[in-house]
Amino acid sequence: MSGPAAASVVEIDGVSKSFRTGVTALQEIALAIRAGEFVSLIGPSGCGKSTLLRIVGDLIQPTSGSVTVNGKSAHQARLDHDYGIVFQDAVLYDWRTVARNVSLPLEMLGWDRSRRRARVAEMLELVELTGFESSRPWQLSGGMQQRVSIARALSFAPPLLLMDEPFGALDEMTRERLNMELLRIWEKAGSTVIFVTHSIPEAVFLSTRVVVMSARPGRIAGVVDIDLEQPRTFETREDARFFELITVVRETLAAGHGGDAPRAGTAEERF
Amino acid sequence: MVLVICALWGLWEAYKWLWETAGWTWPFAVNDTTMPHLHDVVAAFWQPTTTGGPPLIRSLLNAAWFTCKEALAGFLLGGTIGFLLAVLLSQSRFLERGIIPYIVASQTVPILAIAPMVVVGLGSKGVAGWKAVAILAAYLTFFPVAINTLRGLQSVDPRAVELMHSYAATRWRVLWRLRVPSSVPYIFTALKISATASVIGAIIGETPASIQSGLGGAIVNFNQYYSLEPTFLWATNVVCAVLGILFYLAVAGTERLVLRKAPEHFA
Repeated sequence: MSGPAAASVVEIDGVSKSFRTGVTALQEIALAIRAGEFVSLIGPSGCGKSTLLRIVGDLIQPTSGSVTVNGKSAHQARLDHDYGIVFQDAVLYDWRTVARNVSLPLEMLGWDRSRRRARVAEMLELVELTGFESSRPWQLSGGMQQRVSIARALSFAPPLLLMDEPFGALDEMTRERLNMELLRIWEKAGSTVIFVTHSIPEAVFLSTRVVVMSARPGRIAGVVDIDLEQPRTFETREDARFFELITVVRETLAAGHGGDAPRAGTAEERF
Repeated sequence: MVLVICALWGLWEAYKWLWETAGWTWPFAVNDTTMPHLHDVVAAFWQPTTTGGPPLIRSLLNAAWFTCKEALAGFLLGGTIGFLLAVLLSQSRFLERGIIPYIVASQTVPILAIAPMVVVGLGSKGVAGWKAVAILAAYLTFFPVAINTLRGLQSVDPRAVELMHSYAATRWRVLWRLRVPSSVPYIFTALKISATASVIGAIIGETPASIQSGLGGAIVNFNQYYSLEPTFLWATNVVCAVLGILFYLAVAGTERLVLRKAPEHFA
């Protein structure tokens, strides 16, 4: 492995996953993610990007290879509450209020009531949902529900945030607004993010690095460093460099195999 | 509702009048024995069953209270057993596969066949008759609760389970914080079925067990005098139906109280 392994939060080493049906979802994935990075996984359906995310989160087991998180196994990291997870759907509990949904992980961690209440208020302020504490999830719009789900994932300040197409079910305008909001939260929370998406502009806009995957079998086709200025703003989407990077990612996707992404500086170094 | 009752009343009387006047005998001959006037059935409530005795309504209400006790005890017992059984079976695929066939088989044994055994068997141990009948009612009640609750516990959103796993939640926590609350709609569906089943179980349980004090006893009793006084049996049937409906309404009312918190979830 290249790169400063010591500074890596996530170390994915030769991970393969085959299902009993004989399908090889992932083949020999190697990737190191440094602290504070925002890494997007992008690729066609069936490239195993969600599977990879679930393996990192210890929700499924790889057939071979290993995942190290903060120097421990993915399993230990899960037991240590190192992961915050956000799915495509908010997956809120309808029988709980917004506040009690956000406090769910805190209950699991055994926080006492007053500490929970303070943190929930803080998190709802962060996602701009103050005042909705006692609302029910089904009373909120899709975008608001997803913000509750992000607040829930961040409530216990996990070092690693795993997001599986979190804005995939939302309309374009809500999506762009939540993109901005996510970046603001990411800067504030200082966590490391792994973000699965179908959208090239979204991946380029959000990430510090985009991992492009190809399908059947799922492999890393290339890694594109996103050298857009931080913090990203509304104008970032109009930057010429933004469009160049979109083209690079698109070409890497089309090529399907790594090594031929001319502007992706580190792609060759790493693979 | 009043309208529906009036319409049914009218239909009954019209059918009776038509068949009697025309003398039709298909599907059965209509007369005051096979189809008494409904006003006669209502009037029967205020007739004494024995000369000088209390009116029928009095003894039927006593019987209904007795049966209600049996049914309620059976409903609570069966509901609890059904729920616990579902929780147990949801914990292991192996247990579920092994035990479900026997649970299904238990429901194919007619309650009429096991009623005397339970009542006599428990009676010899000094258990009161109504308690034995409650066990029979529980026998009918636990089944829908067990099957529906199990389905509810298993049909939880898999991502919600993954979420709980990501919090390193224990099995117990996943059960109580996620599976049980999300099964509440299933449980209430089952309880509504069980509510009426427990009343039927109690009534049927009384008959082969020769318990006289309940509605089942009243049915057996008035059955014997049917040709003399058919309205008594009809009146008893009305009381049985009302008791079953009250049980159902009690569960439906509780459900509404609970679902006020999250209407769409339970819709």
